[in-house]
Amino acid sequence: MKDHSLKREVLLFSGLLLLVLLIMSVMGSAYGIRMLVEAACYSLIALGLTMQWGYAGLFNAGILGFIAVGGFMSMLFSYPVNEDFWHSDMPAQLGMVVLKAAVGIAIIYALAKSARWGMPKRLQTPLLVIVSAIVYLMLVNILDPVTRTIESEAGFIGGFGFPVWTGWTGWIVGGALAGTIAYFIGHICLGLRSDYLAIATLGIAEIIKAFLKNADWLTRGILTVSPLPWPVPEPVDVGFVLARALYLSVIVCLIVVTYFLLQRALHSPWGRMMRAIRDNEISSLAMGKDVNKRRLQVFVLGSVLMGIGGAALTTFNGIFDPSGFIPLNHTFLIWVMVILGGAGNNRGAIFGAVFVYIIWTMSEPVALVIFDLVRDLGEKWFSWQAPADLDSRALQARVFVIGLIITMVLRYAPKGLIPEKIAQHS
Amino acid sequence: MNELVFFINKVIISGAVIGSIYAMGAIGVTLIYSILRFSHFAHADFMTLGAFMTFVLTTMFPHAGPAIGLPTAFVMMPVAMVICSAVAVGVDKTFYKPLRMHNVKPIVLVMASIGVTLMLQGLIRLFAGTGSRNLYIDDSKEIFRLSLPFDLSSRQITITEPQLLLFLVVIVAVVSLHLFLTRTRLGKAMRAMSDNPDLARVSGINTNAVVAITWVIAACLTTAAGTLLSLDVALKPDLSFLILLPIFSATIVGGVGHPYGAVAGGFVVGFTETLAVFNWGVLFRPLNEHLPEWAQLPTKLAFVPTEYKITIPFFILVAILIWRPTGLFKGKVL
Repeated sequence: MKDHSLKREVLLFSGLLLLVLLIMSVMGSAYGIRMLVEAACYSLIALGLTMQWGYAGLFNAGILGFIAVGGFMSMLFSYPVNEDFWHSDMPAQLGMVVLKAAVGIAIIYALAKSARWGMPKRLQTPLLVIVSAIVYLMLVNILDPVTRTIESEAGFIGGFGFPVWTGWTGWIVGGALAGTIAYFIGHICLGLRSDYLAIATLGIAEIIKAFLKNADWLTRGILTVSPLPWPVPEPVDVGFVLARALYLSVIVCLIVVTYFLLQRALHSPWGRMMRAIRDNEISSLAMGKDVNKRRLQVFVLGSVLMGIGGAALTTFNGIFDPSGFIPLNHTFLIWVMVILGGAGNNRGAIFGAVFVYIIWTMSEPVALVIFDLVRDLGEKWFSWQAPADLDSRALQARVFVIGLIITMVLRYAPKGLIPEKIAQHS
Repeated sequence: MNELVFFINKVIISGAVIGSIYAMGAIGVTLIYSILRFSHFAHADFMTLGAFMTFVLTTMFPHAGPAIGLPTAFVMMPVAMVICSAVAVGVDKTFYKPLRMHNVKPIVLVMASIGVTLMLQGLIRLFAGTGSRNLYIDDSKEIFRLSLPFDLSSRQITITEPQLLLFLVVIVAVVSLHLFLTRTRLGKAMRAMSDNPDLARVSGINTNAVVAITWVIAACLTTAAGTLLSLDVALKPDLSFLILLPIFSATIVGGVGHPYGAVAGGFVVGFTETLAVFNWGVLFRPLNEHLPEWAQLPTKLAFVPTEYKITIPFFILVAILIWRPTGLFKGKVL
């Protein structure tokens, strides 16, 4: 049995290698390496998802949000400093708003804890609601003019301009922020059934996107920020192939480190406990495991990985475009990677990510060719007038294919191409 | 009094309109949950599908409406309901039933429903493109303007024909659903299955029929909601995730598995949205004339800017999960 699965893995991975080599030789190495870097970033995100779904059975439908947070933080840390903003009194004004916000939050927090000091419960809740509403409205009213001045006079606040070799600090901070957001969502939803987590993550992803899109003073909104500096030498200095190869090596190092840590974790008592919780919650509760706390832990860790992967992806693309984060590319594509590759198996996630990403990039020209064919035949045989936006519709057709793959894999191969190995201790 | 009229137009009427849409969506979600035990993520896309079906039928028979004095799309809606019910039952048979037979975890069904969402989205955009369309093809939207009986206001209360039809449909739908659930054999079987599926099965209830009728009810309601929403605004193919969150939030506010709760939840979420986006500064305007310079109330005072509307259902959801996870009407806890 063991040999069989090993043979299967070797076959699959060598097939993947052949596919990569084929694309490199046909499309050129610069294109091939770009595709590999993006696939590697997706692998990092897929590893985060395989932790959440594969190890713990948590349904995260808002991967997009964590990717966007990571991308935003990496932009904030590495983008050059905006002198117009820092050499005016706007930072001071913004600081005042932050200070007032801190005071407001402190008042609300004190009120929330005031039951300890003898505040009657009946009085506390209405008071809390009223005070929160007032504080919120006041904050909005003092933030609004400041942000408007920033937008009109300086554009946006710019980045912190960290030097080239330390650009990745933004990635770590992005991961940490993604983890913090995940902590709050998980804290509310993980005690309930997993459907709630799916709904809440879907919601938070849309909210993060709406915020990044509309907070022009912070992110420049739909105007987008580019070019983002890389943590390795840029293509203008050393050429496309070398720069991308250097970037790829950085990501591969990250993946290797993550992979070994995850493998260790998966085969440790912690990993066994996670699988026990996933497969039988009640018996793990009976064994005295703190199910909700462990789930929260794995949810946060997975989201941190997604944040880092998202930061790496955004930095590589060189442009921070909040409207460019769409559920299909940044949530459901990763779901397909993980369930097709094999949930709960780190190699499966990496294989799935690279394989599905290659199919995904190749499907764009293929879809266009097929639709051209349909248009020609339709015009010839039925004198059918094709709509003008047929090309954009061709790309929409890929949405259908992704949906079909999800349902088919769930039905016919629920364990994926490289299934999770279940150790039998007799 | 102009301010009051403004308030009625912007809050009472808009809130009731969007609340009715959410309520019709939430009834379907809550019924599917109580019978099949999973959250149906493809629900918002059934709405788009229903509206799109109506659109296709309307372009095919553009003269059906004027003959009896109603919008064509509204006349075509029952036909679209039948088609969408067939589609919904078919989707259940091909995609959800095999998974149910394998006894998978409910969360796998949720994931399959996301797969269905993507498929429906892909198909709708493939055939309809991504632009928005008007459901009125030959006829035009009627707008009724009511003047208040006293002379104080110059503005009028405006209400459109689709909005009136929407209120009518919601009332008919809720009353007939109530009669169906309490008076008919199949409705009682549905309630029995929602309480205890195994017991219902051994008591000889035809569970397949119950599942099918659940999908039919859900599809009819989403078609009606989608069509009337598109009649009132425009047919947009990208409704999906933006309307899904308010629907789920309405379902949970009302208590999952509780059809009457879903109606209440829909209106709670709808009115909260419009109240939060409403500019309260308008109501202060007459007060400001009598107040001294230093005590002027702000002219622009909305709780949430319109572009952050999507946050409102989310915060309602979070609040209800923290304070009362069973919902207002003590539904099931997922």
